[in-house]
Amino acid sequence: MEKNMDRTIITVVGKDTVGIIAKVCTYLSEHHINVLDISQTIVQEFFNMMMIADMKNSDKPFDQCAKDLEVLGEEIGVNIKCQREEIFQRMHRI
Amino acid sequence: MINIWEVNETNKMIEQENLDVRTITLGISLLDCIDSDLQRLNDKIYQKITSVAAKLVETGEEIERNYCIPIVNKRISVTPIALVGQSACRSAEDFVTVARTLDRAAKAVGVNFIGGYSALVSKGMTAGDEYLIRSIPQALAETERVCSSVNVGSTKTGIDMDAVQLMGEIILKTAEYTKENDSLGCAKLVVFCNAPDDNPFMAGAFHGVTEADSIINVGVSGPGVVKKALEQVRGESFEVLCETIKKTAFKITRVGQLVAQEASRRLGIPFGIIDLSLAPTPAVGDSVAEILEEIGLEYAGAPGTTAALALLNDQVKKGGIMASSYVGGLSGAFIPVSEDQGMIDAVEAGALSLEKLEAMTCVCSVGLDMIAIPGEVPASTVSGIIADEMAIGMINQKTTAVRLIPVIGKNIGETVEFGGLLGHAPVMQVNRYGCEAFINRKGRIPAPVHSFKN
Repeated sequence: MEKNMDRTIITVVGKDTVGIIAKVCTYLSEHHINVLDISQTIVQEFFNMMMIADMKNSDKPFDQCAKDLEVLGEEIGVNIKCQREEIFQRMHRI
Repeated sequence: MINIWEVNETNKMIEQENLDVRTITLGISLLDCIDSDLQRLNDKIYQKITSVAAKLVETGEEIERNYCIPIVNKRISVTPIALVGQSACRSAEDFVTVARTLDRAAKAVGVNFIGGYSALVSKGMTAGDEYLIRSIPQALAETERVCSSVNVGSTKTGIDMDAVQLMGEIILKTAEYTKENDSLGCAKLVVFCNAPDDNPFMAGAFHGVTEADSIINVGVSGPGVVKKALEQVRGESFEVLCETIKKTAFKITRVGQLVAQEASRRLGIPFGIIDLSLAPTPAVGDSVAEILEEIGLEYAGAPGTTAALALLNDQVKKGGIMASSYVGGLSGAFIPVSEDQGMIDAVEAGALSLEKLEAMTCVCSVGLDMIAIPGEVPASTVSGIIADEMAIGMINQKTTAVRLIPVIGKNIGETVEFGGLLGHAPVMQVNRYGCEAFINRKGRIPAPVHSFKN
């Protein structure tokens, strides 16, 4: 993993609706957070998206972004969660 | 790169299967606080704990937010107070002042428990050790967050039967002093054989004298995750069963390792060990007994329970050891009664007895844990139960412990409610035959031979 990155996993789970990705991406771009990867699937009729984002140049600290996205999620009616990538790397990679 | 399935698997463990880090425990040495003046001793202890642990809770919460992983408890363990207080304390009451100081310090930094109100007397007691032990009932009644433990035996030294006898009385007295709260004081008191120096779990945590000045130890958990994983392999062979437990334990422990390293880095305090324990809670789906049922038992306590538990314990270690750079503490499946809904159900169904629990402790960590017994049992019987459990630890070179709660005013079949993580427990039957003449003998049981193992 590149050392000069600050990778965060953003997951969005909830009922599918128009513009979920757009709204999340707008927030991220406003705060200079670069999206590295997006994957999306529908699990049991639920919208399920994961983004890998680099927060190195973010103009807000991690905690604030996580809170903002949570609030944004409530507005759209989905659950948005920000987690640093290491927890997944540790659990799934030796 | 991490994919969506892996992310979902981890988050499902956290959100639906009760995966959490049970505790970050900051071990703090108080050896440099030793003083012959009681007031100065108390001041130094308060000063040291509140400065070293100032950021513990805040850091733990920050890690929780960064990874969305609950860290249920942030706690402190300190050098056994019998060692720290001996030169200043001339009576049991003097020691109680130190307990109050610990409680005050714990509240100041916001931890929910502080362990180490302890004495290590596996071969004999000094006057100071005995003062501390005699102060335990009052100390636990007057404080809220202080936890106490007494190590009364080890494989190398044998068992100090004078201490075992005394502890029987102390446990009953502690029950009496806290009878208004269902004898809750006893939930904060553990008697050990082969107590580890780096255990992060309460009530038995203390910071051993062989440890560095301060250290971060982490206890992982996750019985619910193991249970869910085993649901996918119902009816499969033992090989598949064991591999599944091992892989799951690996994943759980990796999270613990991450949290421990992050806490260590952010606090600037060295990482000590990960304790690979399956620690249940009273929440449904967070139970070790439910894992045993999933392995194939009708109830925990049924024939086959000891074998199933042995297998579970061993596979958890095998998976966890590779996942962490340092493993220590108690490391094994806990089988407390009150803290595990499946165990409570097993007792209430009549499937699980005190004797079967004792057999189970031969193959797992840690011992007879959170077991409510009638408050009217004689002290010698409590000592007898302790002696049996200590003997298992001594002979098998493992840690064993006893945390019994003789509930004053309650009898077999009644229920006691401790609340929170301590749960509730049915009062269990104790063998009614006496052992007074055995317990009243003075001295100690010699250390066992380490050969001729049969």
